[in-house]
Amino acid sequence: MKILVAVKRVIDYNVQIRVKEDESGVVTDNVKMSTNPPDDNAVEEAVKIKESGKATEIIAVTIGEEKAQETVRKALAVGADRGIHVKADGILEPLMVSKLLQKIVDKEKPDLVLMGKQAIDDDCNQTGQMLSALLNWPQATFASKIDVKDNKLEVVREVDEGLETIEINLPAVVTCDLRLNEPRYASLPNIMKAKKKTIDLLSASDLGVDISPRIQQIKVEEPPKRKAGIKVANVAELVQKLKNEAKVI
Amino acid sequence: MSVLLIAEHNNKELRPFTLNAVTAASQIDQDVHALIIGNNSEEAQKALSALPLVKKVISVEAAHYENFTAENFAPVVVKLSANYSHIVSSANTFGKNLMPRIAAILDTSQISDITKVISSDTFLRPIYAGNAFATVKSNDSKKCITIRPTSFDACESSGGSAPIEKAEGAEEFIQTKFIKREEVKSDRPELGTARIVVSGGRGMQSGDNFKLIADVADKLGAAIGASRAAVDAGYITNDHQVGQTGKVVVPDLYIAVGISGAIQHLAGMKESKVIVAINKDGEAPIFSVADYGLEADLFEALPQFLEELNKLNTIQK
Repeated sequence: MKILVAVKRVIDYNVQIRVKEDESGVVTDNVKMSTNPPDDNAVEEAVKIKESGKATEIIAVTIGEEKAQETVRKALAVGADRGIHVKADGILEPLMVSKLLQKIVDKEKPDLVLMGKQAIDDDCNQTGQMLSALLNWPQATFASKIDVKDNKLEVVREVDEGLETIEINLPAVVTCDLRLNEPRYASLPNIMKAKKKTIDLLSASDLGVDISPRIQQIKVEEPPKRKAGIKVANVAELVQKLKNEAKVI
Repeated sequence: MSVLLIAEHNNKELRPFTLNAVTAASQIDQDVHALIIGNNSEEAQKALSALPLVKKVISVEAAHYENFTAENFAPVVVKLSANYSHIVSSANTFGKNLMPRIAAILDTSQISDITKVISSDTFLRPIYAGNAFATVKSNDSKKCITIRPTSFDACESSGGSAPIEKAEGAEEFIQTKFIKREEVKSDRPELGTARIVVSGGRGMQSGDNFKLIADVADKLGAAIGASRAAVDAGYITNDHQVGQTGKVVVPDLYIAVGISGAIQHLAGMKESKVIVAINKDGEAPIFSVADYGLEADLFEALPQFLEELNKLNTIQK
């Protein structure tokens, strides 16, 4: 089995987001960037499947600006075999990302595409589903457990009501939940080795995809601030405040 | 202009957030048609027809719609989409799973998780876990939108009598097979719609200790929430998770116990009307959003809290 893993470069999850004064977006200059957290789970799962002897090759792909390549390098350092970087600047909508990924899938013919269920920057939660629609493949979103069985996967999905188990035939797209696994850290020797692995560089026009946006971002604002609260001295005071001041119990 | 609302249901009744999605749909355009795809879903169809904001119900029935598989649902919605300017559903796991599949087939850039309808093509939505809000305008001719249910009131649920029309389904997608759904049954209110939520975090230290949370929740008629840390640690099941990648809740009262308040957790609860934080670390970020903060050991505070609640003559339910 050949696995394609898609990774995205986003503002690190620990960074306190600041909105630009001109309301054109959020501040990204001199801000720590990392791989989108659930994409790390997708890479980890691919590596685990390969380690179990059920996959032969892992290709890590990213779509984005020059530095997005760092996310592919990181995937190579934890076990992906080679990389693809589709260079594109500016905001890319999930629809365009999924069209680009479709072209990569057409070319590479993977049996399984893995990615995070959601990117923590735009919080869209669309790309995996869109890709599987364009390919007319099965989709398993929000996966917290994946069992590889011959030409099938049994996937446990985290849904609002609890857990759902589905069986999908390969080829398929699976989007990964943070609970799927515990992503490993790359060892120094593997980081060095990863530098020798190849990353193919492509552009959206190489792939024949129009990536011009359909959604116009009019402005980006700070969320409304909550007014400062108070500290209460003890439980009795808390209950009294909730009863008589906030009137919620 | 008409809006096609995709109803979420369990074949017997409507799932509660369908009512919030109808409200959002009606703010885009008054002509709201509700699509219900299911198997033996007559009861849910009737409930949909009774919503005064719904002008027409379209029912599509087949055995392969029993389990709401997106691969089966998407072609049906696409087939019916010709007469509609907007397709709307809730941004819960149902809508998140389904809508992008529809949008991609229609070649539309979906707008996810809107919190406000500004006009028929312009919407407000949170990004970066709610640390910023983007106003976005869709330039696609057909718009696919998921709505954040807690940002819209539930619509009136009775008094309407919209006609129910039957429509043809589509072929079964056989590459995906539903196996089972493990629903966590509870007598407590649903987390997403509860008036009061009591949540525990890593500070609870074990699954057994969640009994302290449960006792208080039951006294208050509240739902139980949890931080991702508590779910990851196995203290409680995933359906309780509140946060950026879990559920977004907006109760009248949110009580965070032993939760430090990572931005990913705050994303799921900071719009709550009144927030209480109980934490022994006075510097915990949760206190920055709390209306009432109590710096205390939760293992002492929770039993005391229950005791104080027991002293009250009445508790609002």
